Amino acid sequence: MISLSHYLILAAALFALGVLGVFLRRNAIVIFMCIELMLNAVNLTFIAVSRYLQDLGGQVFVFFVMTVAAAEVAVGLAIIVVVFRSRGTIRVDEIHTMKG
Amino acid sequence: MEALFFYLFGGLSLISAGFVVFLRRPVHNAMALILTFFCLAGLYLLLHAEFIAVIQVLVYAGAIMVLFLFVIMLLSLEREESLQDPRGRLRRWIGGFLAVLVFLFLAPVWTLQVLPVLKGTFPPERVHEVGNTIWVARLLFTDYLLPFEVASILLLAAIVGAVFFAMRRL
Amino acid sequence: MTDWGAVLLVAIKGFLALGAIMTIIAYMTLMERKVLAFIQVRKGPNRVGPWGLLQPLADGIKLLFKEEISVSGADRILYLMAPVIVTVCALLPFAVVPFGKGIVGGKFLGVPLDQWALGQGVLADINTGVLFIFAISSLGVYGVVLAGWASNSKYPLLGANRAAAQMISYELALGLSVVGVLLLSGTLSLVGIVEDQDRIWKWNCFRQPLGFLLFLIAGSAEICRTPFDFIECENELVAGYQTEYSSMKFGLFYLAEYGHLLLLSTLVTTFFLGGWQGPVLPPIVWFSGKVFAMLFFFMWVRGTYPRLRYDLLMQLGWKVILPAALFNIMITALVLTLIY
Repeated sequence: MISLSHYLILAAALFALGVLGVFLRRNAIVIFMCIELMLNAVNLTFIAVSRYLQDLGGQVFVFFVMTVAAAEVAVGLAIIVVVFRSRGTIRVDEIHTMKG
Repeated sequence: MEALFFYLFGGLSLISAGFVVFLRRPVHNAMALILTFFCLAGLYLLLHAEFIAVIQVLVYAGAIMVLFLFVIMLLSLEREESLQDPRGRLRRWIGGFLAVLVFLFLAPVWTLQVLPVLKGTFPPERVHEVGNTIWVARLLFTDYLLPFEVASILLLAAIVGAVFFAMRRL
Repeated sequence: MTDWGAVLLVAIKGFLALGAIMTIIAYMTLMERKVLAFIQVRKGPNRVGPWGLLQPLADGIKLLFKEEISVSGADRILYLMAPVIVTVCALLPFAVVPFGKGIVGGKFLGVPLDQWALGQGVLADINTGVLFIFAISSLGVYGVVLAGWASNSKYPLLGANRAAAQMISYELALGLSVVGVLLLSGTLSLVGIVEDQDRIWKWNCFRQPLGFLLFLIAGSAEICRTPFDFIECENELVAGYQTEYSSMKFGLFYLAEYGHLLLLSTLVTTFFLGGWQGPVLPPIVWFSGKVFAMLFFFMWVRGTYPRLRYDLLMQLGWKVILPAALFNIMITALVLTLIY
């Protein structure tokens, strides 16, 4: 029998992997992907809890999280493209200055 | 049956999430992330959230990751990243330590073997009468109408922002 | 407890449907060549079998026996995955398209037919059917993009970049042009949409003329049919994303291309032409008749119109079709609120 805690453990593991990725990788796009991974781990928690509390509010919330993620990706990738255009790299440890 | 699918999707999602973190080429990372999203959609189906499962594939796998792939191809980021770079050894140790810490902080739910099953407002029988999609839609357009409109304004702002960045010649 | 008899029956039904779809796709190639030949006052294939009826078979055998060529410096795994992704995404959405009227109640070999849409003329009646189709078909773009990227070659990469931009842009317009239909029928299930159009004057092409037109245009752009086939565009890009593919890998792309065309025709039929609904004749005849009429229409368009220019295509998508689709939704919603 699969209980709520199974899902929560899985979500925690996915979240931890996302955190690890953010620290391990230096490519801005990959870091961005790891952030998406963390968002998804949180979504899984929402859905699992919504199932076990028998309340659809969690699913609606996930819907909003996805909206925010879509907006974030559009702007974030635009920023990455602009940074690449001006500096020729998107390795985060080679981007020191805030001013273009 | 449920257990089988849970371990299948769960295990696969962990493995592919590992690929996202550890594979070196950004394109492979992106493909692994798409696989992760698919596994999560499968888990949502197991949790009887059909609408969110389909939206997950449609939005994350179908739209967001296409953008990622598009940018990766556009910038042709072919330089492979070495995970053994001596410059960031301290950072990697901190990262590993933090990840373990986060997991240990979140994991004690393991001990919550059985949460008290509450009698919520949406028991499965009531949801299955007309389907999950209709209930989510009703909630979105009644109780959550204001957040819904705010979300649409957010999307508009994102469009304007993205166009602004794309037009600027730095 | 899982009913294994029902599982077996569903599997058999799925295989039958898949076989039928593959056969139709094979003969669509012949049909297209014949129709184009007719438009261009030629004879078309007529050597292999009577009226060229064995031509698809001969083509298939030829493709199988061609030499496999792979590119040096290609990303092997992604290079091989790409045609598979494209084909799977082209065939999977057929699972939710209703092709006939269902049988209510009753048993077959001791299995109750209500279970898992066994008695219905559809493989899976899911309550998010429309979203399912869009989700799966939006994944098809990965196959194209990966094919272009993994080939490690200029023209495929250009074709793939174009494909990504074109498919993302037109997917929006395609999705929005169906929303009017969804508002009218009040369901996301394709079975429900067909059942809603039970009189000829209730077919959605009459209730949603603008949506119908937009769906036709956006649909043929989404599957990259000829007025919009920039991703292969032989006089600029050699053959676009599939330049470096040969033998059966190319065959899979070819199959997916016609699979998309068939899917688009069945979707137009389901959303706007009443699906299997129609008087006198049996439902399956109505359904296939409408689908073949739509197939002929798309081939006719291919034989008639020249290709657009790429920037014009993007302008058409974002500045004409998308606003028109939004306008259509607003008008439909307004009329519906005024009536009810």
